[in-house]
Amino acid sequence: MKAAVVIIIAALLAGCGGNQSALDPHGASSVALKDLIVLFALICSVIWLLVTGFLLWAVMRRRAEARRDPAAERRMTVAVRASMTATVVIVAGLTVASFHTTQSLHSGADAPVFVSVKGQQWWWQFTYRDGNQAPLFQTANEIHIPVGKDVRLELESIDVIHSLWIPSLAGKLDLIPGRKNVLTLRADRPGTYRGQCAEFCGLQHGHMALLVIAQDDSSYRQWVAAQAAPAAEPSDAEAAAGKAVFMSKPCAACHTVRGTPATGSSGPDLTHVGGRQTIGAGLLETTRGSLAAWIADPQTLKPGNNMPLVPLTGEELRQLSAYMEGLR
Amino acid sequence: MMRDRDTQEPLDVDLDDAELAAKLEKTWASRPGFWGAIATVDHKVIARRYVVTAFVFLILGGLLAMAMRLQLSRPEACFIGPDRYNQIFTMHGSNMMFLFAVPVMEAMAVYLVPLMVGTRNIAFPRLNAFSYWIFLFGGLLLWLSFALDTGPDVGWFAYVPLSGPQYAPGKRADLWAQMITFTELAALAVAVEIVVTVFKQRAPGMSLDRIPVLVWAMLVMSFLVIMAMPAIMVASSTLILDRLVGTQFYNPALGGDALLWQHLFWFFGHPEVYIIFLPAVGMVSTILPSFVGRPLFGYLLLVMALIATGVLSFGLWVHHMFVVGLPRVGESFFTASSMAIAVPAGVQIFCWLATLWAGRPVFRTPLLFVLGFIVTFVIGGLTGVMVASVPLDSQVHDTYFVVAHFHYVLIGGAVFPLIGAVYFWFPKMTGRMMSERLGRWAFGLIFTGFHLTFFPMHILGLWGMPRRVYTYQPELPWAGLNLFISLSSVILAAGFLVFFIDALRSWKNGLPAGPNPWKASTLEWATSSPPPAYNFRRIPVVGSRDPLWSEAADLPVAAGMRTHRRELLVTSMVEALPQARESSPSDSVWPFWTAIATAIMLIWSIFSPWAVVWGSIPIAVALIGWFWPKGTPEDES
Repeated sequence: MKAAVVIIIAALLAGCGGNQSALDPHGASSVALKDLIVLFALICSVIWLLVTGFLLWAVMRRRAEARRDPAAERRMTVAVRASMTATVVIVAGLTVASFHTTQSLHSGADAPVFVSVKGQQWWWQFTYRDGNQAPLFQTANEIHIPVGKDVRLELESIDVIHSLWIPSLAGKLDLIPGRKNVLTLRADRPGTYRGQCAEFCGLQHGHMALLVIAQDDSSYRQWVAAQAAPAAEPSDAEAAAGKAVFMSKPCAACHTVRGTPATGSSGPDLTHVGGRQTIGAGLLETTRGSLAAWIADPQTLKPGNNMPLVPLTGEELRQLSAYMEGLR
Repeated sequence: MMRDRDTQEPLDVDLDDAELAAKLEKTWASRPGFWGAIATVDHKVIARRYVVTAFVFLILGGLLAMAMRLQLSRPEACFIGPDRYNQIFTMHGSNMMFLFAVPVMEAMAVYLVPLMVGTRNIAFPRLNAFSYWIFLFGGLLLWLSFALDTGPDVGWFAYVPLSGPQYAPGKRADLWAQMITFTELAALAVAVEIVVTVFKQRAPGMSLDRIPVLVWAMLVMSFLVIMAMPAIMVASSTLILDRLVGTQFYNPALGGDALLWQHLFWFFGHPEVYIIFLPAVGMVSTILPSFVGRPLFGYLLLVMALIATGVLSFGLWVHHMFVVGLPRVGESFFTASSMAIAVPAGVQIFCWLATLWAGRPVFRTPLLFVLGFIVTFVIGGLTGVMVASVPLDSQVHDTYFVVAHFHYVLIGGAVFPLIGAVYFWFPKMTGRMMSERLGRWAFGLIFTGFHLTFFPMHILGLWGMPRRVYTYQPELPWAGLNLFISLSSVILAAGFLVFFIDALRSWKNGLPAGPNPWKASTLEWATSSPPPAYNFRRIPVVGSRDPLWSEAADLPVAAGMRTHRRELLVTSMVEALPQARESSPSDSVWPFWTAIATAIMLIWSIFSPWAVVWGSIPIAVALIGWFWPKGTPEDES
């Protein structure tokens, strides 16, 4: 038991460095939420210790001869009434603390950055929009945001219910078909924050992650400019051959690569796929090797996902992954 | 000499004990043999079947949990694929809620309530038999479908549209929805029986303020079942309609609403927790006095707390939906109500603590489970206060924090008292004691294993691990704790194994118990262990809350009951003054045939809506058999 407690405490401390943790907040909302969690946890721990301590004392205490003592019964009545009152007061206090936190949570109605989020089995589609809500560009499973600014995410689902949760930045909010929810993010520090779908959404619910990369303003602007640009032309012969494979095989039916004839929309926009940190909604780090592995056999890596296995020769696979990697 | 006017058979007053017992045995006993067992309407026999079946489902559900822990013990493990894993966690939740927790609590009610109120059988005993068969068939349906790899895979909450026609092809979700129909039907039947038994069949003198707390708890639970279950039956039926006949209740594209499902589901789902929990606290309130040697402190407060909890439980359901984006005013109301339910829970804890403090505890196994319950349930209650806060919940909702929270509430808050109750009432049910030595081992292993397994889940949740994921990636810092949890779950499983071994061994070889081995105070201990088919030779008369303590030597009895046919004493609702002698139905195989006909109709209706039309014919035939006039004269006042 003691060893277990030590392990738990050690694990607690070790885990605080993670980038997907409600206990490791880096955003306006998540800091307030962590304070609330700590407040509740402390008060609840004290109550538990009091109850358990009293329980131990009640069962262990030395007793006088058994006698129904009316005075003792009266004292017990007083004690139970006092505890009831204390319960009411504590619960009321916690309720007020909870309301207070809700009030203080930021709602970015006039946020400078505006992204439409469409959850789908099992990836995230992001459409950045300008001040007039016109779409600027589309990307998948990874968004960049400027540090210290509100980002307004409009959440919708095109199939089943999902839930967007980036614990280090904010609490979660569901994406519900037929409804639109709004979540405001604000990162206080640059960094990469991982998030994940939190509402069970089918086979690959466990592999529906996303990254939020908070950057300073100038890097963010550079990134936006780069994303808005059409896809880079292949830089060498291998990649050029890969592009030809992409256009001639079924790939283009589902994926868009802006600046090319590929305009499919059921899969993620691949215009800058090589520049994203992960593929497969957080499944693998983006490398030429992982791209090749994914294209060669998506159903083994992420069983049930909507990408079919497209038969390719080894040569075609190498060329295609070179092209994908070059789409930065 | 008093005799029945028509038959000239003697009434109980004129018979000595041995003659009376023989006559009652002849009247009330079920016939031996297979058809006798099928036809029996003895509440004790049916309850025992119910309890054993529910515990079998507990074992199966526990094995599923172990399978999940195996899969989660390592990141990106490949023991179980996503498809099977989703079936497993759906089965685990559905099985534990619908096939174990609710039925086992109702089964305990079916066994204990008639004995505790001093009557000879439950009200509507044939309905009771029907209820068991329906429950059994529903459970078999679910488990057979799982064995055939068509187990439901949409979560025990089956949110639309994931469970709707578009995203859940095949019959998996239909099987889930129809299993709901089976088990809810069974639960509703029992609830009605309990309400009527408690209101109309109490022993003379057992006025409302003398009803044992467990009976109060079962009464409140039954009302919760009656009011909450229709919501889920509407939900599961409309889901089947959406899937089978093309209605669009839940399709937003055609004016349906995905959130309607969640409202209906949780309007049932939250009271469901209290349907499981209230009987458990009733058990605690009943076990406790026997092991501290004094009456419960704060009877009135405890009963009020039970009723308050029951009422409040209908005002909390939205706290399962805090992250769907509801208006703030609504959320605030449900935060306040969810917090408020901590007050009646607290009141009960304080009353138990006071009882313990003032008594002289004897540390037998049932008391150990009660103490373990208090320590554990308080944690679950407090984390419940945490998730009642909308902003806090936005971080922990649908994470392992919530998994930890509700296992603290359901295992700590309901299963611990239930196992304590099994140790406590096993002697009554079987006539034999369970082993004190194994009982201590079981408690130690279950208590330790439980906390080592579930406490770290709070931390995992705060670290960002969502629920219902079939795996997680190695770069996430969760692997160590998950392995620790998986290993700890083996301790927990070992504890349950010891418990089951003890129960099986003691069933055959336990020490004989005698009528009242714990020197407890309630009426079930006034008859032999196990009780005869007619429960009480003479109907007891109650003059206090703890009749066996205040009138231990010689419990007064009511007289004038017929002996040659099954007869109950009906009493008034508040004061329990005798009102009438009412005949109690005899054994019948028709409830069994009705259940078979109903099962065929319900399963068939998964495949064709016409099943409801054609399938109702055999049901009607079976019901005619069930209700065929028996020539029993009307009741007499």
